[in-house]
Amino acid sequence: MPADYLDWLRREGRIVIVGASLAGLRAAETLRAEGFTGSLTMIGDEPYEPYDRPPLSKAVLLGKASPQHTELPRRLEIDAKWRLGVAATGLDLAAKRVRLADADEVEYDRLLIATGVRARPWPKESEAGLDGVFVLRTRDDAAALYRRLRAGPRRVFVIGAGFTGCEIASACREMGIAVTVAERAGAPLAGALGGVIGAVAAQLHQDNGVDLRTGVMVTALEGDSVGRVRAAHLSDESIVETDVVIVSLGATRNTEWLAGSGLGAGPRGIACDAGCRAFDFRGIVTDDVFVAGDVARSPHALFGYQFLSLEHWGNAVAQAEVAAHNMISPGAERRPHLWVPAFWSSQFGVNIKSVGVPPMGEEIMITQGSLTERRFVGVYGYQGRVIAAVTFDNTRWLEFYQRKIETGAPFPVDFPTVDRRPEGRRPVPAGFPDPSLPTHGPTVTLSGYSPADRQLVFTPAH
Amino acid sequence: MTHAPLLRQITDFANRADPYPLYEELRKTPVLHEEEDGPYVISSYWDIKGLLHDPRISSDFTNLSVAAGDELSRPETTGLPPSFIRLDPPEHDRLRRIANSSFGPPHRPTRIDSMRGELARIVSGLIDGFGDARQIDVVDQFAYPFPVTVICRLLGVPREDEPRFRAWVDPIVAGLDPDTRTSADSERAAQEARLQLGMYLNGLVEQRAREPRDDMLSDLVNSHGPDGAMSTMEVLSTAVLLLIAGHETTVNLITNGMLTLLRHPEYLRRLRDDPGLSVKIVEELLRYEPPVQLVPQRTCIADIEVRGLTIPKGSRIWLVLAAGNRDPERFPDPDRFDPDREDIQHLGFGSGIHSCFGAPLARLEAQIALSELARRLGNASLLEDPPPYRPNAVLRGPRHLNVGFDELLP
Repeated sequence: MPADYLDWLRREGRIVIVGASLAGLRAAETLRAEGFTGSLTMIGDEPYEPYDRPPLSKAVLLGKASPQHTELPRRLEIDAKWRLGVAATGLDLAAKRVRLADADEVEYDRLLIATGVRARPWPKESEAGLDGVFVLRTRDDAAALYRRLRAGPRRVFVIGAGFTGCEIASACREMGIAVTVAERAGAPLAGALGGVIGAVAAQLHQDNGVDLRTGVMVTALEGDSVGRVRAAHLSDESIVETDVVIVSLGATRNTEWLAGSGLGAGPRGIACDAGCRAFDFRGIVTDDVFVAGDVARSPHALFGYQFLSLEHWGNAVAQAEVAAHNMISPGAERRPHLWVPAFWSSQFGVNIKSVGVPPMGEEIMITQGSLTERRFVGVYGYQGRVIAAVTFDNTRWLEFYQRKIETGAPFPVDFPTVDRRPEGRRPVPAGFPDPSLPTHGPTVTLSGYSPADRQLVFTPAH
Repeated sequence: MTHAPLLRQITDFANRADPYPLYEELRKTPVLHEEEDGPYVISSYWDIKGLLHDPRISSDFTNLSVAAGDELSRPETTGLPPSFIRLDPPEHDRLRRIANSSFGPPHRPTRIDSMRGELARIVSGLIDGFGDARQIDVVDQFAYPFPVTVICRLLGVPREDEPRFRAWVDPIVAGLDPDTRTSADSERAAQEARLQLGMYLNGLVEQRAREPRDDMLSDLVNSHGPDGAMSTMEVLSTAVLLLIAGHETTVNLITNGMLTLLRHPEYLRRLRDDPGLSVKIVEELLRYEPPVQLVPQRTCIADIEVRGLTIPKGSRIWLVLAAGNRDPERFPDPDRFDPDREDIQHLGFGSGIHSCFGAPLARLEAQIALSELARRLGNASLLEDPPPYRPNAVLRGPRHLNVGFDELLP
C-alpha cells in the first residue's frame, strides 16, 4: 500500500460504516481521534442514533431507565453523514459500493462492517406473530416488553435460559411477576458456563421463585381466538398458561445482505484476520473491507488460533478501535485484535463476570469461595492450562486469572489461594452440553481454524 | 560512611519531604530484599497491580512465618479483633459488605452525594473562620478539622469528643509506621490505644443499639441484611477503622494537594476559574502525592515468582504505591504534575478487594476543599517550602502548611 494513498485516504477518503451501534460508533470516534478528515457515512437499519443494549434487559425492564434514554455517550464529535432507518442490502466489492434498502448506493474507499446480530425469532411464524410473544434485542423490543410487563401479566414465560433469558426472569421476579423459564439444557447458563455453574444458577432461579423447567423443549405456543398467546406446550407434555412469552434463543448474525458479495460471510459471521480485515470466500484477505463487533469472527492466538465470534460489549469496543486504527494505518503500525474475551451479567442480585473462553473448558475448579454461598471464583482448564475464569460476586480477583490465561498458566491450579475451600481442591468436569447437540446462543462461538474450514457443521438453533 | 540500606533511607524521617528520588532508585531493583528478616519491596506499577489482585497474597498477619521475637508474634487475645483491612475473604468480604450496606451502592447509593451541601457548608465555615488573619496553617485550621467533622457526622461520633479520641488515634497511627513498628513498646501502645478507642466507641454503639439515628454506627450495630449482624466486637473494630481511615488519609490528601497547587500556581489559577477541574486535579494528586505511600501489611501464602525471583511463602511484602505511581513504564513523564493526563489509573486508592473503602468520600472532600481554597484565598503563597512533615512514612504528609494570602474572598 503506497504511503501517499494512505495520506490521501486519511485526508479526503470516503469511509462507510455499516452498523450504527456500539462498534460502529466507537470505530467512527477512533477514526476521527486518529486524524481521519475525509467523509464518514454511518448506515444503520434502526431509526435511532447509537444506543446501549445491556440496560435493556435490566434497568429498562424495571422502569429504572427509559428505553428512549440509553444513547451511548459520545467521546467526540464524529461529523458523519447518518443514514439511519435504512438497512444495507448488498455489497459490490469490485465497484466498492454498498446498496441500501431505499435503492440508494453509497461508494466507499474503505468499508467497516459492524452489522451485529439480531434476536433469533421463534421459528414457527404463525406462533411468533401472536400478540404477547416478544424477543428482546432492540430499544423498540424493550419498550414494548416494558409496557406489557407494567400491565401486570399473570405469568411470563421465557424460552431459553441464556444470559438474556435469565436477566429477564430476574427483572420479572423483582417486579413480583410470576415467571416460568424453559431451557433445553440441564441448567440455566449451561451453554456459556457449563453444568457446574449452571447448577448454581438453577438454585438462584429457584430461590427467587422462578418456575424453572430444564431438559425440556417448547413444542408449541397456543393462541386464543383473537390471536393473543395464552399457553406454551412443552416436550414433557405439560402446558403452562401465560400472557407473555419471551423468546430468548440467542442471536443470528446479520450477514444475509452480503450473500453473493464474495465475502467470507455466513451464518457464523464474517471471517477476518487478527487485524480485522475481512476474508473473501476463498480465504484471501481483502484490504479495504474491515469487520468489528458481534458479526466478526477472528483468529485468536491465545485460543489455538481458532476463529472466535464474541457477542460481548467489551469486544465490540476493543475490536472497533483496532479496526478503525488499522483502516487508516500503514502495515507496520497496524495492531492485532487480541482482546481477552470478557463479559458480565447481573441477575437476581448477583454480579457474574467471566474472562477467557469458558466453553473451551474441560474441567473447572473453584479456587476461591464456595458454590453454595454463590460467591466464588471458578477456573476452567483445557489441556493442562487455564483457559477461562468466572466469578459470582467476586469480580475483583479476575485480573489475576486473566493474567493466568494470557500466560497459559498450568491447570489444575496447584497453588494455595485465600479462601480456598475443601470443594476447591480438585477439578471436576465443567459439564458443557455436548457440542454436537443443537443449542441456542452461546455468547462465544468457536468456529474452527480457518474461514474455509468445513470440519464443523453450524447447527442453527430452533 | 557506608550506604544505609535503601529501605532504611525511605523510612528515615530525614527523607520525608521528598522520597521520590529514593523511589526511583528503588524501582531499579523491582523486587528488593535487603535484609534477612526484612520485607520484599515491590515498586513497579504492573508488579504492584498484579500482586494487589493476587489471591496468594494475604492481609492476615497470622500467615506470616513468624521469626522468633518478631514484634507481631504477640497474642491477639486482649485487644479488638482485626478490622477488615487486616482480614482475608470470606471474613473480610462479609464485614466489608455489611459496612458498605450503610455507605454506598447498591443499598445506599446517595449517602455520599447527599452530603455535598453539608461538606460545602463545613468548608465555608472553616474558611470564614480564618477571619482577618492573612496567614494560616492549612493543616490545623482546615485540612484536619474538615474531614474529622465529616467522619464524625457520618459515623455519629460527637465532634466535641475529638480531643479525647485524638489521644488514642495518634499512637494507633504511629503503630502503622514501619519505623516505629519495630519497637515492641509502640506496638503495645498502639494495641492499648485501639482497645481504649474501641471502649469509647462502645458507649456510643450501645446507645445507638437502643436509639438508632441516621448514622453509620446505628446501621452497623443494627445490621441485619443477608450477611447477618456484626458481633459487637466486629462493630467496634470496624468503627475504629472507619474513624481513623476516614480522616487521617484525607488530611494528607488535602494538604498535599494545597502544597502541590502552590508549587504549580498555574493550576491553582485554573482551578479558581473552573472548579470542575478539581476532579482531574484530585486524581492526579492521588498519583503524584498519594496519601498512603505504601502497603506494608501483605504476606504471601505460597512461594510466588515476581520478575523471575521467588518470594518464599510467609514473607512480608511491601507494595510501594507511591513508587508505582511514578513508574515511567506506566506513566509518561511521571514526575510531572499534570492534571490534564488522559490516562490516570493510579494506585492511590490501591486496587483489588482492599481498594479504599472511603474513596468516594475522600474524592468529594478533596475536590470541594481544594476548589474552595483556590477560590477564596487571594494571591496565596507558600511561606515555608518544604514544610515540616509528620513522622509517618506510610501516611505521609506535612505536619504544618503555612500559607500567606492577600485577601479572603467572599
